[in-house]
Amino acid sequence: MRKALPLASILALALLAPALADDKPNPAADQKAFQTYFIKRFPKVKYEDFVNGPYSMDAGLRKQWEEKEEFPPYEFAVETGKEMFATPFKNGKTYADCFANKGIGIRQNYPYFDEKEGKVVTLELALNRCREANGEAPYNYLKDEMASLTAYMAFTSRDKKMDIKIPDDPRALEAYENGKRYFYTRRGQLNFSCASCHVQSPGEHIRSEVLAPALGIMNAMPIYRSEWSGMGTTSRRLVTCNSQTRAVPLEPQSDEYRDVEYFLSYVANGLPISGPGARP
Amino acid sequence: MSAAKKTAMSVTRNIAFGAVLMIVGAMPARAASEADFKAAMSAAEAAEKQADQLRNKWLTTETQLAAAKKAAAAGDFDAAIAAAREAEALAIASIYQATSEKTRWKDMEVR
Repeated sequence: MRKALPLASILALALLAPALADDKPNPAADQKAFQTYFIKRFPKVKYEDFVNGPYSMDAGLRKQWEEKEEFPPYEFAVETGKEMFATPFKNGKTYADCFANKGIGIRQNYPYFDEKEGKVVTLELALNRCREANGEAPYNYLKDEMASLTAYMAFTSRDKKMDIKIPDDPRALEAYENGKRYFYTRRGQLNFSCASCHVQSPGEHIRSEVLAPALGIMNAMPIYRSEWSGMGTTSRRLVTCNSQTRAVPLEPQSDEYRDVEYFLSYVANGLPISGPGARP
Repeated sequence: MSAAKKTAMSVTRNIAFGAVLMIVGAMPARAASEADFKAAMSAAEAAEKQADQLRNKWLTTETQLAAAKKAAAAGDFDAAIAAAREAEALAIASIYQATSEKTRWKDMEVR
């Protein structure tokens, strides 16, 4: 009888172990599962093409987009962003002084986890912090100035592979997990999660729109949207998605939005930057 | 008491009850007061505050809260109470959603 009890305990632990292991965050396993899901579900879509959103899913839209790319609608934003980027602040410094490699070709490294702050830092946030550090007022995260700056920075990073790191820091893992939870959580009166559209239904229509796959969705940011008749930042995209489910959007660059951008960018590691993008 | 007498008494009682109901029904309904509105609004705002703490407010709840305030400001407390109650129901639904999604989100996860 005495021997039977420890044996039973060992068996119980052995049975529980896989379940416990499943609950431990494992971003690398998530990334593999996430990419495999899309690759298997859309075997005809080339791996690198997922970053082109609905155009990777719909032949008719793709044809229109290819023609539009001859005179891309985001071109003005790239030009404006380039000029803004080079224009010195009142103190004589520029954005280049705030970033590695003077801000050129670095989009693929954002967002990153700042171990000093213990939080995720997105490119939009870093740009505004650069402005504030140099005595300038921050830009609105939803408006054209921010979209132009990020459009230029994305343009200089085109074709570079997304390369998001999750440092060996429990806070980084927590931020990643929070982002993942946010992505899969249903919200709003319509009871939709981000995944309802961008994992369960890519390629399908919601009214006249073809839904983009979640894989590589951040690689195309910022985007020119014909629906908006203008450019939109990542912040604008997230806020709009929330409103469309009839949820009250969170404040731009809130922890939740920063974390979900971290999650989505990490699972797209290895895919090329295609931003700025153009969408219907 | 004979069966016929019992039946007659029962019919009389039913007629009397029916008459009372008709009189009550014919009386004008009491107009909702500002106090009723404040009670309904307070309940709705308390529920919405809880939804906010869960970071899960709904646009439709906010719309109904605004409609309730607007109707109350115009002195239409019936409409104000109806909107406040609608807002409370929506806020309660959003609380339920946020609470159940604390674990249910995992059902949707790609593994």
